[in-house]
Amino acid sequence: MSPSPLFRIVRAVALLAFAAYFFVPLLAMLDFSTQVRGSAPGRTWDNWQYVFTDDDFRASIVYSLLLALFTVVLMVALLVPTMVWVRLRVPRAKVLIEFLCLLPLTIPALVVVVGISNVYSWVTYLLGDSPLVLTFVYVVFVLPYAYRALDAALSSIDVATLAEAARSLGASWFTVIVRIIMPNITGGILGAAFIAVALVLGEYVAASLLHFDTLPVAMADIYRSNGPAAMAAALATMAVVSALLLGLTFLSRDRHKQGASS
Amino acid sequence: MSGGPGRRFAVGPALPLLPFLLFVLVFLVVPTLTVVLGAFQDEDGRPTLGNLDALTSEAALTALRGSLVLSASTAVIGAVLGALLAYLVFTMPPSSLLRRSTLAVSGVLAQFGGVTLAFAWIATIGPVGVVTMAVADLAGIDLYGSGWLFGLPGLVVVYCYFQIPLMVIVFAPAFEGLRPQWREAAVNLGASTWAYWRHVAIPLLTPAFLGAMLLLFANAFAAYATAAILVSQGQPIVPLLIRQAITSEVLLGQANVGFALALEMIVVVTVVMVAYSLLLRRTSRWMR
Repeated sequence: MSPSPLFRIVRAVALLAFAAYFFVPLLAMLDFSTQVRGSAPGRTWDNWQYVFTDDDFRASIVYSLLLALFTVVLMVALLVPTMVWVRLRVPRAKVLIEFLCLLPLTIPALVVVVGISNVYSWVTYLLGDSPLVLTFVYVVFVLPYAYRALDAALSSIDVATLAEAARSLGASWFTVIVRIIMPNITGGILGAAFIAVALVLGEYVAASLLHFDTLPVAMADIYRSNGPAAMAAALATMAVVSALLLGLTFLSRDRHKQGASS
Repeated sequence: MSGGPGRRFAVGPALPLLPFLLFVLVFLVVPTLTVVLGAFQDEDGRPTLGNLDALTSEAALTALRGSLVLSASTAVIGAVLGALLAYLVFTMPPSSLLRRSTLAVSGVLAQFGGVTLAFAWIATIGPVGVVTMAVADLAGIDLYGSGWLFGLPGLVVVYCYFQIPLMVIVFAPAFEGLRPQWREAAVNLGASTWAYWRHVAIPLLTPAFLGAMLLLFANAFAAYATAAILVSQGQPIVPLLIRQAITSEVLLGQANVGFALALEMIVVVTVVMVAYSLLLRRTSRWMR
């Protein structure tokens, strides 16, 4: 059934309205970030340059990128062996692990941060007062998304047979997980990593309330003195995150294609 | 696999789960218990119900009302407009580039929030925003007014920016689950388009729609960062009141009031998410 011409016109108008609502704010940010300070006429990229030359900004960008990396590494190191082991040896624990991983969906991030100050006074006492200690709470925040991505990937391969074959050939458990299972679930791991990076780069709740200068906190601070530069940093973050999340949707589409053809 | 009959209940096989369980215990369970127990303690750790009394104070009730109004209105607006957008996309052929890119962009914007989102709207309809200036030049209307963007009405407009795309990605599968055969069957039995929607499609879609609306409600209720940047005066919603309670150095004993408010958030979000999962179970009965 093909839609009537009238419906096509209504649909086009409605889609344009949605597009305006969603894209005008992004264009407005671009407009703001290229304004010359003091509302002089003309366009400039100075604000964008400022983001990468200002010391505070640069330090916060480095911390945010390192946090993204550490969060992905800790997430994979904690979740992959645990989930593989549960499938192979203690299937009864699956319900518990799934419950714990999905728990952050019903406990708002703000609540976790409010309750975590005692834990963090120990963490900073043991590991030092670097923003990188945020890694731990960020892994908690990404647990539900990471669990779903990894669970879907693990369900699509025969973990038990792969592990038994490797074990019977004398592989250690470390080899089984790192060299047999992980190469077979790279799609799931990448998906989990992408969403983790996207969340960490924009995360503000924990960083601001625990007083660590990550990129979003720096943006909020610098906004008061240099609005256009803060807008430029925000737009740059947005571009990186969008690229990651768009990559994620293409990744999952490829996975569907594989599933359909095999 | 090794393991005789005696190992069935042994602790040994569960040992490798310990690092993960310890991690979750320290960084998720302990903070949550701190909040739940702290809500029933005074600042010296003695049990009390005084913090719960603070929940019925004028400020706390205003914030709760604000949060409920904000979450409910953005859930309804987001659900209706998101379902409309999902439907428009659904009427295009599956191979359409516009259809695929709308779904992909929705996936991105549903995650959009915090500092960046607040900035985007300040740049648009803030005091010197692009749209504010354009409207003032063209129509002579002061869109910014008395600063509504930085209060509850502004939050409604801004939250819809991530609520509508979230609805699209949550609800689009429900449209795709409507099988063409059902429509053909209805039409063969003499149903008009209206009758098909009225008696077949809408009853089938309703649980999914309500479930998605609950998810949107919980999503808005738990959101903090955007409001923290945007709202300049007062504490119109619960998350901002919590911030005031835990960062205030003037009023002693406010930390435990913060815990009580946080407990209130857990209760609301948990109730909504449980209802959501019940509706989801109902929907999954006919989908695929």
